[in-house]
Amino acid sequence: MNKNPDQLGQTGRQRRQMLKGAAAATVAAGTITGAPMIWAQNIKDVTLRQFGTGVSNLNDVANKVKEDLGFNLEMTALDSDSVAQRAATQPKSFDIADIEYWICKKVWPAGNLQPMDTSRIDNYDKIVGIFRNGKLNPDSVIAQGTAPHSVGFVEGPDGKEFVDNESGWMTLIPTIYNADTLGIRPDLIGRPIESWTELLNPEFKGKASILDISSIGIMDAAMVCEAMGEISYGDKGNMTREEIDKTMAIFTEAKKNGQFRAFWKSFDESVNLMASGEVVIQSMWSPAITAVRSKGIPCVYQPLKEGYRSWGGGLGLSRNLSGLELDAAYEYINWYLSGWVGGYLMRQGYYSAVPETSKNFMTEDEWGFWFEGKEAQGDIVNPQGVVLEKAGAVRDGGSFEDRMGRVACWNAVMDENQYMVRKWNEFIAA
Amino acid sequence: MGTQTRQTLKGWLLASPLVVILSIFLVLPVIAIVVVSFWGSTAYSYYPDFQFENYTFLLTSSVTLSVYLKTFMFTAITWLLCFLIGFTVAYFLAFHIRSLPVQILLFMICTVPFWTSNIIRMISWIPFLGRNGIANNTLLSMGLIDQPLEWLLFSEFAVILAFVHLFTLFMIVPVFNSMMRIDRSLIEAARDAGASGWQILTNVILPLTKPGIMIGSIFVVTLVMGDFITVRFMSGGQSASVGRVISNEIGLLQYPAASASAVVLLITVLLMISIMLKFVDIRKEL
Repeated sequence: MNKNPDQLGQTGRQRRQMLKGAAAATVAAGTITGAPMIWAQNIKDVTLRQFGTGVSNLNDVANKVKEDLGFNLEMTALDSDSVAQRAATQPKSFDIADIEYWICKKVWPAGNLQPMDTSRIDNYDKIVGIFRNGKLNPDSVIAQGTAPHSVGFVEGPDGKEFVDNESGWMTLIPTIYNADTLGIRPDLIGRPIESWTELLNPEFKGKASILDISSIGIMDAAMVCEAMGEISYGDKGNMTREEIDKTMAIFTEAKKNGQFRAFWKSFDESVNLMASGEVVIQSMWSPAITAVRSKGIPCVYQPLKEGYRSWGGGLGLSRNLSGLELDAAYEYINWYLSGWVGGYLMRQGYYSAVPETSKNFMTEDEWGFWFEGKEAQGDIVNPQGVVLEKAGAVRDGGSFEDRMGRVACWNAVMDENQYMVRKWNEFIAA
Repeated sequence: MGTQTRQTLKGWLLASPLVVILSIFLVLPVIAIVVVSFWGSTAYSYYPDFQFENYTFLLTSSVTLSVYLKTFMFTAITWLLCFLIGFTVAYFLAFHIRSLPVQILLFMICTVPFWTSNIIRMISWIPFLGRNGIANNTLLSMGLIDQPLEWLLFSEFAVILAFVHLFTLFMIVPVFNSMMRIDRSLIEAARDAGASGWQILTNVILPLTKPGIMIGSIFVVTLVMGDFITVRFMSGGQSASVGRVISNEIGLLQYPAASASAVVLLITVLLMISIMLKFVDIRKEL
């Protein structure tokens, strides 16, 4: 019983902070106030079941929750297809859904998630604008695709329809997001790469790759076709059948001409293709770049003039949560935004929803490197202690503003999704 | 009469464990797949129904035809190579190695690769065949080529190579088994009757090994027809097979469509096997 039983006695975070480190006093307070004591005892029995993709479903987070908040968090990591299915069809199997925004658009109408009261979110006002009004800065242009704010709010506690303002009822609390682009091997290419068109440049015949996950692959394909000036899309995140046909025709032709070395489906495959030099330019995810570089092989997450394809995820609450469990879930979400997780994720190259709290859990050098795009002063290590970058390195693409400010398109789910999937399969089989 | 009833009952009882196991683990799942193949589906869910939509789409899609043709091509080439290699190896083991211990030893050596998982055996080809892999580096340093051979990896060549490597043993074992059962006096008789070595092979050994060849062929054909992982890895995701189509559909949660594909594949494979069995009565020959 040396753990402060009262730590969770009040929902106020100030109070908890104030009592931090004063274990004896806290125990006394708990005993005296009585009621919170019971609550605190109960919450230890609470187990919240969270599921999501491997990116943010980290056991370190569950351990830290146990340590900081006292209750249990059970993590289940699934691939994004299974995540979407479970959120839509098995509401009783989870308490917290860690899903991407485009999945939210798809599964919210099923009614298995409940919106969150933003007045109970301590750091709500500090969440970056992308997730609130869609704008990073007041003059930002909102990108195409499923922009997070467009599916971020509903009109009330039972809302089924998304609304276009900060209604006070949030569907997902943003947790993690990033801007994706092409990865290249600068040593094997030997010249500057500036545009998405380079993916289909015959110069890289047999040395290019694209990911074989239709919903994301089609976006990268669209970025390329648009950059080539072949197609101008109404909305790359919601293409018409004609746009899908044209996009796939261009890529099928490139495939038949032997442009692609391979298609990858898993993170490891993309790392291996790049590290072995089989591929010199391809769609890639940020941590995969890091993985290639940590083998001592040069690899750049190349910023391109047409901008980034971005994605974001967040935590949603199951409709079945109520009472003590719901309180615990809010407690968890407030903790999530309070900085520790943010710092943990940012030290892997992702961004957190409330960067300013994450800053408290990062060294000045880490913050400068990952967020501000400054030159690293010393070794940059990831949360597991592996050295990712040496002193003098600068993050590809630069600062948060430079990267997230240049998003061209968000990952999305299209109205013509099934048609697109069918066309994508034909492309793979072609 | 009473004895006969008891005999019948005994037969049923003896057969029942197998019947129970096969019903639960084979018949029921197949029925379930057939049932689901008529269900309807939306992007994220599926519902019980009786519709032919899944089959209509499958049987009218141009992708289906091209994927089946590709799969048949993989199957035919793999089978031929497995047969040629398997038969030769088995023949050498059965007729050229005279001592049983050496035979067993060499046979064991054939199985050594099978001590690791087939995924590992397959993936180990990738660094070997890659652009900067051992094969290309060797050929380059020998001066045989001046550019790395791109088609070694992530190509249909690589797929077939991996298939042959993975499945030849399935041909060697039954063929070897059949050959070991051939009465050696038949070969002596053939030789006494003036048959040449080639005649002995084609007129005596080959006909008597047919059951083994057929069992091996069934293994190879069913394994290749149902494969998805080898095609995906060795072609670098650029080639499709029926198995990959099913695995993609499962990935996209289109279970009814995947079931329909599986049913069509099952029927195709059963037809192929029944045709193969027309050539040899395995039960009679065993």
